Amino acid sequence: METVTITMKNAPALYLEADNVSPDAFAGKKAAQIAELSVHEGNTTSTLGKYFDVSGDAGATAADTKVVVRGDVKKVKYLGFKMTAGELVIEGTADQYVGAWMKGGKILAKGDIGAFAATAMKGGELTVEGNAGNYLGAAYRGDWRGMSGGKILVKGNAGSDIGMYMLGGEIIVNGNADVHVMTHAEGGKTIIKGNAASKLGGQMVEGTIFVFGSIEVMMPGFKPNGEVELEVDGTKAKFAHFIGDMGERHKKKKGVVVYGNLYKKI
Amino acid sequence: MTKKITDVICPFCGTLCDDVEVVVSDDGKQLLEVYNACVIGTEKFLHSQAKDRVTRPRLRQDDGSWKEISYDDAVEYSAQMLAKAKKPMLFGWSSTNCEAQSVGNEIAELSRACCDNTAATCHGTTLIAVQDIGLPTCTLGEVKNRADRIIFWGCNPAHAHPRHMSRYSIFPRGFFTGKGQMSRKLIVVDPRVTDTAKMADVHLQVEQGRDYELLDALRVAFKGEWLPDVVAGIPAEKIREAADMMKSGRFGIIFFGMGVTQSLSKNHNIDEAIAVTKDLNEYTKFSIMPMRGHYNVTGSGEVFAWQFGFPFSVDLTRGFARYNPGDTSTIDLLVRGELDAMFTIGSDPGAHFPISAVKPIANMPSVCVDPHLTPTTGVSKLHVPVAFNGVEVGGNCYRMDNVPIDCRKVVEPPEGMLTDEQFLIKVRDRLKQLKGVA
Ligand code: SF4
Repeated sequence: METVTITMKNAPALYLEADNVSPDAFAGKKAAQIAELSVHEGNTTSTLGKYFDVSGDAGATAADTKVVVRGDVKKVKYLGFKMTAGELVIEGTADQYVGAWMKGGKILAKGDIGAFAATAMKGGELTVEGNAGNYLGAAYRGDWRGMSGGKILVKGNAGSDIGMYMLGGEIIVNGNADVHVMTHAEGGKTIIKGNAASKLGGQMVEGTIFVFGSIEVMMPGFKPNGEVELEVDGTKAKFAHFIGDMGERHKKKKGVVVYGNLYKKI
Repeated sequence: MTKKITDVICPFCGTLCDDVEVVVSDDGKQLLEVYNACVIGTEKFLHSQAKDRVTRPRLRQDDGSWKEISYDDAVEYSAQMLAKAKKPMLFGWSSTNCEAQSVGNEIAELSRACCDNTAATCHGTTLIAVQDIGLPTCTLGEVKNRADRIIFWGCNPAHAHPRHMSRYSIFPRGFFTGKGQMSRKLIVVDPRVTDTAKMADVHLQVEQGRDYELLDALRVAFKGEWLPDVVAGIPAEKIREAADMMKSGRFGIIFFGMGVTQSLSKNHNIDEAIAVTKDLNEYTKFSIMPMRGHYNVTGSGEVFAWQFGFPFSVDLTRGFARYNPGDTSTIDLLVRGELDAMFTIGSDPGAHFPISAVKPIANMPSVCVDPHLTPTTGVSKLHVPVAFNGVEVGGNCYRMDNVPIDCRKVVEPPEGMLTDEQFLIKVRDRLKQLKGVA
């Protein structure tokens, strides 16, 4: 695997849309060619090289390419946009849309990431060592297809609206999550190891939420359904089981109505 | 001698009352009296007659004072600002007519700007919900003639839309609602005991920020499923009672306002309220309608959607229309420091935005087109006064139920003053020259 390192040298006055920073866009290019890729600051288009130092040549394919992003990228959006393979390491804190529409490969964000990360993610892995913003793994506005595959691990806290319209895949938050988890979901799994706020599983059709800590306020549409012993992400414990959202529509599979599941560790 | 003009449209709130009468002087230059409008509507008409009105553009000087300049100089400043900016915002549009909004969209395209309307701070969340799950709605005429179940959720029309209840929702005797108020049941959902709530048959005093839970509980109640004893501070029996009252009507309508669109859960509240409406159509006929505030905010959404495909918070910086409130919405853009020029028209963000979003406006090139002196003109570099829409110039507007209504001109603006549309056309034409496309 070849490594390309880009280091911020001239921070943008406004925000930068760097939707070309991915193993896919870099693959098969020499450092000088990578520096010629386009970036956008507001309505002006210029080159990656105007803002970043680029060192190292990419591998022949995305799978052979690792991209390391260094320096202050707090005002850079769309890192890892639509990536399908390879690796991306963001050493600092990045802005919105990290790994949006990603299909494969691995992203490691060592700082925090902004809202709309992993929008409509289909596959691959996103690991965030800091905190994630709102709408993590959610659908794009107006779309009913959220995250459908892949895995997201947030070591810190996550914002609101994670997993909105989720269809599949897995989100693990080691810290706390803000309001609205898996709203409108029709599949997938979210594990919150810390505390959850409220409005979990609202309008949920199918899917599973695990909460290890407290839940500030439960949705009234989640009905108690006994207790179960489960092993969740390596932790064996007893969980209170709820099914819902009873107010929402539900499908029948083999004659049985399928509900969303919410498990809270006791 | 004076003249009486009938069937005038009130250009203040989204109710867009169309039965106002005004008395003007014989030369058509002075507006003397206003009949039928409510207090706020009357004020809007009379305000145009203020003696201390600013009638020429003013540019702020280095020492903070204003210097009067010509409209041509104001056009030049605006066009130069928009031509140079990397990410300008064209904000407002809700208190101007559709004709001006459309010219504004041309300017937005030429300058590859962001453009947004006041929905960003009121019913934008409604529009997000509508995109997510649709909207079973109707016209206010249908409400007047048919509705026997009226729900006001998080809104207080007694104060914000004063004639709404008498013209459409509570008191009028319609075709199937011959007994007026007697034929209707009123449910009000509000954490406060408002003047609207005082009239209700049932007042659900929901706990602040728990509307989403209460709406979910109603859906559960419709289905006769299990409910916790208390939801959002309201006992389950009371929720079931309200659910039965809704189901038992012949035609119901949910009107909702900023109490639900801008409190915790925002778009999700409306999403769930629309789902409640959808569920109720299993039992009877039900509709839902946002109580739009500015008289033509609905029109602005229509014009944006017709020309760009999205109803607010549109980002054209990349040369095509993008939309994602949270990223492309004005307050977020201002607070995050994403903009470098601000053009405000037909609204007052200075009064309605959080201070962290107003401060950046004061620190960037900025234009405010407004007949009044407002907190926004106070922080802008250039103030362009214009004729009063719906009083000194007519034009197309959309009522809160998406019915287009043509406003009427009733008096002349002060000598030499431009309308929004005239000023915008000049800016557009100058911008075309600067961009080399004229
Ligand atoms: S209710 Fe609204 S539109 Fe009607 S007169 Fe009053 S302010 Fe004007």
